[in-house]
Amino acid sequence: MTTSLKKLLLGEQGLLVIFAAAFVVVSLTVPNFLTERNMLGLLQSVVTIGVVACTMMFCLASRDFDLSVGSTVAFSGMVAVMASNATGSIVLGLLAALACGAIVGLANGIVIARFRINALITTLATMQIVRGFALIASDGRAVGINDPAFYQLSLSKFLTVPTPIWVMGLFFVVFGFLLNRTVFGKNTLAIGGNPEASRLAGVDVVRMRIWIFALQGLVCAVAGVLLASRITSGQPNAATGLELSVISACVLGGVSLAGGRATMTGVVVGVLIMGIAENVMNLLNIQAFYQYVVRGLILLIAVLLDNMRSVAGRPRA
Amino acid sequence: MQDFLEFRSISKGYPGVQALSEVSFSVRKGTVHGLMGENGAGKSTLIRVLSGDQAADTGEIRIDGVTQHYRSVRDAFNAGVIVIHQELQLVPELTVAENLWLGRFPGKAGVIDRRQLIRVVSDRLAEIGIDIDPQAKVASLSIGERQMVEIAKAVMTDARVIALDEPTSSLSSRESEILFALIDRLRSSGTVILYVSHRLDEIFRLCDSLTVLRDGRLAAHHPHISKAGREQIIAEMVGREISNIWGWRARPLGAARLSVEGVSGATLPQPISFAVRAGEILGFFGLIGAGRSEMARLVYGADRRRQGKVLVDGVAVPADNPRLSVRAGVVLCPEDRKFDGIVQGRSIEENMAISSRRHFSPFGVVDKRKEADLAERFIAKLRVRTPSRHQDIVNLSGGNQQKVILGRWLSEEGVKVLLIDEPTRGIDVGAKSEIYEILYELAAQGMAIVVISSELPEVMGIADRILVMCEGRIAVEVDRSEFDEHRILAAALPDASATTPTLPEQVS
Repeated sequence: MTTSLKKLLLGEQGLLVIFAAAFVVVSLTVPNFLTERNMLGLLQSVVTIGVVACTMMFCLASRDFDLSVGSTVAFSGMVAVMASNATGSIVLGLLAALACGAIVGLANGIVIARFRINALITTLATMQIVRGFALIASDGRAVGINDPAFYQLSLSKFLTVPTPIWVMGLFFVVFGFLLNRTVFGKNTLAIGGNPEASRLAGVDVVRMRIWIFALQGLVCAVAGVLLASRITSGQPNAATGLELSVISACVLGGVSLAGGRATMTGVVVGVLIMGIAENVMNLLNIQAFYQYVVRGLILLIAVLLDNMRSVAGRPRA
Repeated sequence: MQDFLEFRSISKGYPGVQALSEVSFSVRKGTVHGLMGENGAGKSTLIRVLSGDQAADTGEIRIDGVTQHYRSVRDAFNAGVIVIHQELQLVPELTVAENLWLGRFPGKAGVIDRRQLIRVVSDRLAEIGIDIDPQAKVASLSIGERQMVEIAKAVMTDARVIALDEPTSSLSSRESEILFALIDRLRSSGTVILYVSHRLDEIFRLCDSLTVLRDGRLAAHHPHISKAGREQIIAEMVGREISNIWGWRARPLGAARLSVEGVSGATLPQPISFAVRAGEILGFFGLIGAGRSEMARLVYGADRRRQGKVLVDGVAVPADNPRLSVRAGVVLCPEDRKFDGIVQGRSIEENMAISSRRHFSPFGVVDKRKEADLAERFIAKLRVRTPSRHQDIVNLSGGNQQKVILGRWLSEEGVKVLLIDEPTRGIDVGAKSEIYEILYELAAQGMAIVVISSELPEVMGIADRILVMCEGRIAVEVDRSEFDEHRILAAALPDASATTPTLPEQVS
């Protein structure tokens, strides 16, 4: 009895089982949780984390690390607002934001992969530089959106579900496909598993890492645009601490910080667990201060579980 | 002499495998006991049980007549049992003395008594005849010296039983000799040594008695090794007679396939030139550090070539890009499979398809069915022993990992030159001849093959021609018709005047 339970929890689908169980328990015990309105609100609240987690997953799976995502989200959101205000064209604003995000990512990638600087240090630096850009550009103030059509990005709905949620869903599908079914995804996992062996096996490790960072920047820009649209302005201090939430969600989802191991479903579940925890605490009127403690505990428990899982699955001669 | 260490019907099963069944044997005090067997025969499991790392399902271990009930490595340690693994357990940034004291530093109130620390260690090292500075950082020591420190650590704790798991696998012959001398001294002081090795020469050189395991069972026990024969032991290990494990046969050779012209790089300053014909197996022999692996890495472009050209069928191969080398038809199976070959944590299938999947991935989207077909095909063709293609590659034995890496390259298109560095290191006898057969078949198909090996019998057994390297240069070239053990070994020794194969010096 206990061994089969252990097997279930520590098995391949353990996280999914725990998530399903938690979801059922919460639905039954927390009033107003399982309502359409709350569900949509919950999903909307995790859009930024969810979108950025898609590429953070690639970053971690290839044994890299990116702390600059929060700043990039804020900066590209700011660029989108300011550029569309200045040109009067939302499309131009969006393109400018995407370009800026991609350039930040590309710069990260080139410094890390080409010049072989530690990813943690590099992105710690760009995190501050890019945040600085956002503050300089806006003179430290929020910049309001002129054209109301910009709001529509996050207000519009398709089949009663807000667009940002569709975008997040689409990203989950696309990046899941990219990870599992493409050479890009397989090479990502391979270089995370053993970079030198991958290089000798003919994988262009440097180029792969640059691409992963560039993609990360681009995706941050998408998240930044959606966020700016939702908060109806470019905020230089938006998304502070996002990098930690995103990495938490990935680790919750079983992505290995040592590289070589990641699944999209895991990350989706990780993102949802983060969202549900916060949502439930809000519904139960738990003070925000306690929420930090709970979030930290969830992360700790998740890594402990993960550790038990990898010990249980350790190869034996 | 009485039996000091006894294994009594030890059995241990893992899900799907019975790793050990009813293994019983005993070892006398003050002897060195060999433990042999193919990979997967149960040696490692037995060592794990002895070390307290894993508990046996049934059976017991007795030391000096006392049944042991240990539940952890700590308990085994307290009972005087120490296992020295292939991966050494030393802290590189600490000194030798600090490593030896780690966990029980002498001193008061947390302040280490440095004088005592060093004095006791120098005494102990002198006592067992190890010539290493106690104040040297472990990081500055050679692998051989680290091995000595590891043994000294066991001696420091008054270990009664020391198990060594393939201690010479990364040592030069000279370092091995020093290790053997140390083991001899420990034997005369009454310690029981359990010595795991693949190398028969070492077993005969060192051991008083021998146990052979096969498929988790006791295949043979020789209380006196002098009465056992080489062929007999091999037969016991594999369970069948292997009369000629090389199986070399003549092949027609074609035109020059690989031409290496004056190649040099940071790791190999003197330019090197040679050529290999289609269908030819060219052997590279030399001591550790003679520059063979460095040569292969330069040819492949794993390290940047500073000068010289590599031509395959007359077409130049770029100087520093393994990816483009593969496109040009040159592939490398690296020496260190663990660090340079396999991608740990990923499946056999992914490890095989890592390079060749680009051929069936239109727009970068992998055709999963084709990838599965490919994996199944090469698992069958190369006879990789595994329950499934989804198996994590780290769970395979060395021989099977090597086959997967071969499969990685065989599944590529248009491979013309195969560089294979230490093709059978850490691989058991049965799998060795399978790998040789694969090489012959590839050569027969017209591939040019460069085999690098530290095992002279292996190079002489399978190569059509041998180039002997010494101190970064090609010292001599020998055709198969002129193969002569003494001549080849003599050429490999740094002092060219040496005609008798004495202790080879390591060149660093």
